[in-house]
Amino acid sequence: MLSIRREICGYCGACVSVCPEGALELIDAYLTVDADRCRDCGICARVCPLGALEVADERSL
Amino acid sequence: MNDHYDVLIIGGGPGGAMAGKAVAEAGLSCCIIEKRPAIGTPVRCAEGVGQEIYDFIDLDPKWVSARIQSAELVAPNGQVIELSSEMAGNEVGYVLDRKMFDRELIWRAANAGSDVYVKTRAVDAIVEDGAVKGARVEYAGEIRNISAKIVIAADGVESKFARWCGIDTTVPMNELETCVQYLMTDIDIDSSVNVFYLGNEMAPEGYVWIFPKGERTANVGIGISGKKCKDGSRPKDYLDRFVQEKFPKGKIIELIVGGVSACRPLRSTVANGLMIVGDAARVSDPLTGGGIINAMYTGKLAGEVAAECIKEGNLTAAVLKKYDTIWRESAMGKGIERNYQIKEIMIRLSDQKMDSILSSVQKMDLEVIGTKEIVRELIKYNPWLLKEMSNLKKILG
Repeated sequence: MLSIRREICGYCGACVSVCPEGALELIDAYLTVDADRCRDCGICARVCPLGALEVADERSL
Repeated sequence: MNDHYDVLIIGGGPGGAMAGKAVAEAGLSCCIIEKRPAIGTPVRCAEGVGQEIYDFIDLDPKWVSARIQSAELVAPNGQVIELSSEMAGNEVGYVLDRKMFDRELIWRAANAGSDVYVKTRAVDAIVEDGAVKGARVEYAGEIRNISAKIVIAADGVESKFARWCGIDTTVPMNELETCVQYLMTDIDIDSSVNVFYLGNEMAPEGYVWIFPKGERTANVGIGISGKKCKDGSRPKDYLDRFVQEKFPKGKIIELIVGGVSACRPLRSTVANGLMIVGDAARVSDPLTGGGIINAMYTGKLAGEVAAECIKEGNLTAAVLKKYDTIWRESAMGKGIERNYQIKEIMIRLSDQKMDSILSSVQKMDLEVIGTKEIVRELIKYNPWLLKEMSNLKKILG
């Protein structure tokens, strides 16, 4: 389960570009995740420049 | 906002604006939508461009923050290598004010006759019979269908439009440069010199940059490979260490974050009724991360080819492919492929080898500062490079 820490997120969209499932979207000044599409792969959490994303279970990485 | 346009452009950055201007100048109806409430912000960019800017626009002090006369490369061992043009005092590039620059480009598109809507976001593609026919957009809280003969996706690194049309635009994690930049003021810099710091300690598979924005003010930033990024060693961690050491008393007046693709461009940048430009097409430079000029070039070209194809009445991928072919065969397209190969070599170098290579640069007598010339000179002084990297010969042609 991906959690977005809005107080850290700089809404830059780096995560959106690497998401293989197209589960993330940057809507103006906030990031959203489509929980049905997200597979908790954790790639977005890895590349985030600020460390705003967390996956509770990162086994698949 | 009309329900139909000849061309609908998703994104109001330099790529979208240049496309909009080209379409409108050809006498066709055109609409640019931008999801943000303002053109030009937030900035996601180090704002550096080379002389190629003149191919598109005459300089205006309104949006030029600094004129650059030379560049300094700082090797991992601290040695400084200066690169300047043969003629002292010549400008080699510029640092822009993107907030003003992007507005200038949008104004030109609007002045040519293009519609522009901000805070208007594409939420899906309209695809019928295997062809893109427009977009579903959210405009003032309301979802509307906008049909178009051609849609140009200029929606940046976080592009979703092409994906909705069935094109995989995913950037591989190891080829996404993850970046943080501070706009700093009250710092001691030379306002006519761009500085680059290289090395695995400083910025693994990337670099730290200082791009002047005027007197005592600069964009101070870093990009590192996504694969080197993790808790405790994110770009912000590296940058904070750098700033602490270099500019402990500087003031940070803006935090800028972003991702830049360093992969090859999309395999195809067209589909039936669709053209993809700029960062969305992954045409940012894989070596330098520069994307402004490439977005402007592809945007303008896509707009021109779109107008041509609409007038001829054929909007299939096979016809739109002309755009894809032209940019790939252009100096920009060839430069991207060459710089991709050079990047692949650079990221595998140890700091020691990087030091040895860079120390030879000082012997260079550069007439033109270009990647190709620099690499050719480097090989002259470091013949072992050729043995180790068989691809180099191919690059230099």
